[in-house]
Amino acid sequence: MSLELLIVQLLNGLQYGVLLFLLAAGLTLVFGIMNFVNLAHGSLYMMGAYFAAWAYNNPIFGIQGSFVMAAFVGIAGSMILGVVVERLILFTLYERDHLDQVLATFGLILVFNEVARFIWGPSSYYMEVPEKLSGAINLFGISYPAYRFMIIAVGLLVALGTFLLIQKTRIGMLIRAGASNATMVGALGVNIKLLNTLLFGLGAGLAGVAGLMAGPILSVQPGMGEPILIVTLVVIVTGGIGSIRGAFFAALIVGVIDTIGRVFLPIVLTNLVEKSLAQAAGPAIASMLIYLLMAVVLAVKPQGLFPVKHG
Amino acid sequence: MGNAMKLTMNFTSPRFYVPAIFLGALALLPIYAMLAHQPFYVTLFSRIMIFALAALGLNFILGYGGLVSFGHALYLGVGAYAVGILSFHGVTNGWLHLIAALAIGILMAGLIGAVVLRTSGMTFIMITLAFAQMGYFFVVSLKSYGGDDGLTIDNRSAFGLFDLNSNTALYYLILAFLAAVFFLFARLVESRFGMVLRGVKSNERRMLALGFPTFRYKLVAYIISAQVCVIAGFLLANLTKFASPSYMVWQVSGDLIVMAVLGGMGTLFGPVVGAVVYLVVEESLSSLSPGWFPKIEDVLNKHWLALMGIFVILMVLGFRKGFYGYLVEREARRAQP
Repeated sequence: MSLELLIVQLLNGLQYGVLLFLLAAGLTLVFGIMNFVNLAHGSLYMMGAYFAAWAYNNPIFGIQGSFVMAAFVGIAGSMILGVVVERLILFTLYERDHLDQVLATFGLILVFNEVARFIWGPSSYYMEVPEKLSGAINLFGISYPAYRFMIIAVGLLVALGTFLLIQKTRIGMLIRAGASNATMVGALGVNIKLLNTLLFGLGAGLAGVAGLMAGPILSVQPGMGEPILIVTLVVIVTGGIGSIRGAFFAALIVGVIDTIGRVFLPIVLTNLVEKSLAQAAGPAIASMLIYLLMAVVLAVKPQGLFPVKHG
Repeated sequence: MGNAMKLTMNFTSPRFYVPAIFLGALALLPIYAMLAHQPFYVTLFSRIMIFALAALGLNFILGYGGLVSFGHALYLGVGAYAVGILSFHGVTNGWLHLIAALAIGILMAGLIGAVVLRTSGMTFIMITLAFAQMGYFFVVSLKSYGGDDGLTIDNRSAFGLFDLNSNTALYYLILAFLAAVFFLFARLVESRFGMVLRGVKSNERRMLALGFPTFRYKLVAYIISAQVCVIAGFLLANLTKFASPSYMVWQVSGDLIVMAVLGGMGTLFGPVVGAVVYLVVEESLSSLSPGWFPKIEDVLNKHWLALMGIFVILMVLGFRKGFYGYLVEREARRAQP
């Protein structure tokens, strides 16, 4: 168990964490204002990945294999799709109870997965790591894939941008006000529906960013959104539902614990118990770690790590 | 409201004739399948009744307790893997299978329930989903029991006198469980316990103020509801002779909620109606091809899930009462002009 391996795995965990944050941010912000959770958020991530991979593999205006073009198409595509879905279907659900919201967005997931399967086929769709980022970089003597490092950097930058948007701008002020009392903000003359649509578009765009960046390292396939969506829900619940700060810290904690646990738990267990048992139990326990973390957090603080105070 | 829940002996009431028609038809189905030389129907409807059983279990907390559990597929898996793992180690006694399944089921539902019931609303939905996913990844990582591929079960649970190796015998066992659970719930929701649970659904704070320890009531209801799903999982493993992680994927939890809502959430028999409708539609979309429009049928058979998705969205937007729920409500409306 060398220090180098530990640092590499920490970075991998960080990379997973920022992807989770990109997904969690949109969900938790919309929940703050509209008390609504869109289970089909994972589908926006999937569609973002497909749009980006498609733009990367096919010529658009004669440009092919450009990561910038892929980024533009992926992010804009998921943003537009998110706004359209919100305006067409989801806005009718804000007044309904949570069961209706969950069921309707469950139906949406089924539709999106089949649409992806219909257009791009059932098997994985590949997007290569852009050439300039395909190498490794040297971090204080440790070599780490450049592309994964870029994911961390972009993820942290986006997180910083989101933080500044929410804490320092007028729109952000309205979002924070909406989260503490949406009716009052509406009564003060703010178009809360428009604000929410903007926020939804922003969240969809962030999901698109996550899909774009995950594309080259994971396989792009129908149904890729749901496993990560469920982990995102764990992040939101652990961090405190509605809290962007909570989502950020919980995403990093969950990302790091999950990655480190999968790598090191089997190794640690081999030192403690019999080898065959450790080989069987290690991965099983590692796969449960983040859920156990969530259970412990909820047992101690049912509102999550950073509970939101509602006015 | 209370009136709409009860079983009745009034022949013109949907609360009597719908369960009577469904259970009667299900009882006669193997005879029809035999006469029509379609043994496939017995297996298909065995599966449908198993999901009806699970949906009944879910509906107990969903419809009567207002607790939206998005993780009941977990308990299907518990039942299935109890059979699978015990058979894998050479234990074939069905009673042992059932007892082990229920014991583990009660333990897990107790522990998980104690955590999830501390939350409510959207958080409750999310973490029930998360715990089910935890169970899913747990069995996927159990490489010695098949992992991702699942676990084949050589022989069905042995119950001494009666032999489950005949599909028809298993069919009637499932039907017996379904009818028994239906009548049990019919009594339970009218009991003091059921009344408290329904009180918690409509106003938990008031029930607390009246001095009821609502947490304990909800926990017991959660455990009961989970055990019905455990039994369904036990039957499912016997039907397919297979225990698979796919029984516990999150979509199954969603399907169970859809079934309960489609039939009529918070009605006694609704989930059974919902399960039959949902799975018959699913079966027809995914495999029927009468050859009228070969190209369209081909696309449909491949992408039927999209239609199911649209079907679910439309149900939420326009048909929230469900089939059976609509009939029951119409009757209640007529009775009170």
